[in-house]
Amino acid sequence: MSEGFERRRGGGAVATFSGFEADLIRSLASQLVELLRNEVAAPSASDDPLEQLLDFSGPTTEPEDPVLARLFPTAYPDDEEAAGEFRRFTEGSLRDHKARAAVQVIDSLEEAGLPTELAEDGLVVDVELDKDQSVTWMKSFTDIRLALATRLGVEEDDEDYWMALPEEDPRAHVYDIYQWVGYLQETLVDALTR
Amino acid sequence: MNAVSAPSPVELEQPETEDLTSLGTPWVTIVWNDPVNLMNYVSYVFQTYFGYSRKKAEKLMLEVHNDGKSVVSNGSREEMERDVQAMHEYGLWATMEKQD
Repeated sequence: MSEGFERRRGGGAVATFSGFEADLIRSLASQLVELLRNEVAAPSASDDPLEQLLDFSGPTTEPEDPVLARLFPTAYPDDEEAAGEFRRFTEGSLRDHKARAAVQVIDSLEEAGLPTELAEDGLVVDVELDKDQSVTWMKSFTDIRLALATRLGVEEDDEDYWMALPEEDPRAHVYDIYQWVGYLQETLVDALTR
Repeated sequence: MNAVSAPSPVELEQPETEDLTSLGTPWVTIVWNDPVNLMNYVSYVFQTYFGYSRKKAEKLMLEVHNDGKSVVSNGSREEMERDVQAMHEYGLWATMEKQD
């Protein structure tokens, strides 16, 4: 199992992953990209096809998917109009930044030797990130963890509940992955700050 | 009722627009606790984005953790919109409001 990230000489962070681990991170990052790019930003309010085509401003209402609602929170909880305006001007570029960050994670893994199709046993992937790449990974790990936690329904101080789940419960496996990405995140932050 | 018309006071009044009133009104950015974000990450974000010292960043992070929320910056409405957007980019749950 990967020991997580360590400080890199000259700034940034390094980590060694098994092929399986690297493939898992790639798969999580890919799912995030899919979610950010495929989910319709906001249902168009109009039935007029011309008006729909001309409506290239951003969404004004909270996304229906709870993961997206968590990734793009409402900025003005008590002012629907201001919240809508804020969303219109920010959600598009936030989506784009988050998707690009996840793509950069995938690119780093593949540049470090992760093949498109993982076949070989015993593959080792050494990832070396400069400071900017490390920050990109941190943001993407955060988005991945927010997505997993929202899907699972993780709440404050509920570790015992998840740890007590029987092994055959698929949520137990997802929770393990969530915890593992958290461990990677923790070591990545430490590598940049210690 | 006095029928003599006095010069209308209306034109002496400054138009009150949203923009004029909001200029002098400080807004705040609030970061809320969530069960996901790690303490060292939140502290890192406060140091990196706001340029706060480690001590100040950790104090704010602990406020978020223990009290459920913390005011992390204040300024004009435009500045706070930038801060809130940046916090969302880092995955923190941030909102803004007019200071009491």
